[in-house]
Amino acid sequence: MVNSVTNLGRSGVFDWLIQRVTAYVLALYTIFLFGFILTSDVNYETWSSLFDQTWFRIFTLLALLSIGAHAWVGLWTVTTDYIKATLPRFLVQALCGLTMFVYVVWGIQILWGL
Amino acid sequence: MLVSLYRYNPETDNAPYMQDVELEIPAGKDLMVLDVLNLIKEQDPSMAYRRSCREGVCGSDGMNMNGKNGLACITPLSEVLKNNKLVLRPLPGLPVIRDLVVDMSLFYKQYEKVMPYLVNDTPAPAIERYQSPEDREKLDGLYECILCACCSTACPSFWWNPDKFIGPAGLLQAYRFLADSRDTAQEERLANLDDPFSVFRCRGIMNCVSVCPKGLNPTRAIGHIRNLLLQRAT
Repeated sequence: MVNSVTNLGRSGVFDWLIQRVTAYVLALYTIFLFGFILTSDVNYETWSSLFDQTWFRIFTLLALLSIGAHAWVGLWTVTTDYIKATLPRFLVQALCGLTMFVYVVWGIQILWGL
Repeated sequence: MLVSLYRYNPETDNAPYMQDVELEIPAGKDLMVLDVLNLIKEQDPSMAYRRSCREGVCGSDGMNMNGKNGLACITPLSEVLKNNKLVLRPLPGLPVIRDLVVDMSLFYKQYEKVMPYLVNDTPAPAIERYQSPEDREKLDGLYECILCACCSTACPSFWWNPDKFIGPAGLLQAYRFLADSRDTAQEERLANLDDPFSVFRCRGIMNCVSVCPKGLNPTRAIGHIRNLLLQRAT
């Protein structure tokens, strides 16, 4: 058993499962958005009426959280593979974490017009 | 034929270097790479490499031949030769002791971690522990590993984290005992593997499958371990 405290869920199988589940959410969201752009006339009215609906705001927030978790697992793997010195690795991981946190909070602010 | 050899003797060399050797191969013969090394050693006895059974059973002469890991004793020249040239390097990713001889300590350390032996807490029967032919069949494709290290040293995940990722060879053996109907330590074995490095550092690159001289499939075994971990956790 290898100890690690910087990965998302302490357990390998948790990280693995989260990455797969979030990949499905992101795929669904992407397909939906593509479908929307292809099938409807994209202008301010249709776009803002789409985002006015609570279900779509929740779906978007789910996609945002999924990006955060998915990217954390992925980037954590990349940094532990390629950045061997502890301090630079920790700094890069902290920067990634901060970026994802900002995106999620900023996304909530945009979605609900706070 | 031109043979380019990786040479390094820490007692006399500051750094490793490649040595080119011209060799006359008898016409009409398809030698194994190990035969070529033996011919070279006749000319230069300082050349160091491991070999023992010379028939692909002991796993001593794993090396990198023209960029691909394999056993020198069962690799015919006709299979690896490119433009009449053969480049021989030690297995990648492990410390070199001398020439083509690598230090396998890390590899064995990872192997040891998976408890590569049968664990059974129940009282020993009078003669032996029986296993049905169906259960025995589950071990096919797992028990044949000879620990030559060709797979693990071809795996980029093992190159980057040889101290944390168990590697294809160790994981194949981990599953060999997880799949054994006579073993009673499945829970302990799985608990030891459920971290983000030991199993999950496998990214499915499948170099292990492409180089295994015994034709085994560590990636499939890793997939089975992942499924067992998933069943245990959900």
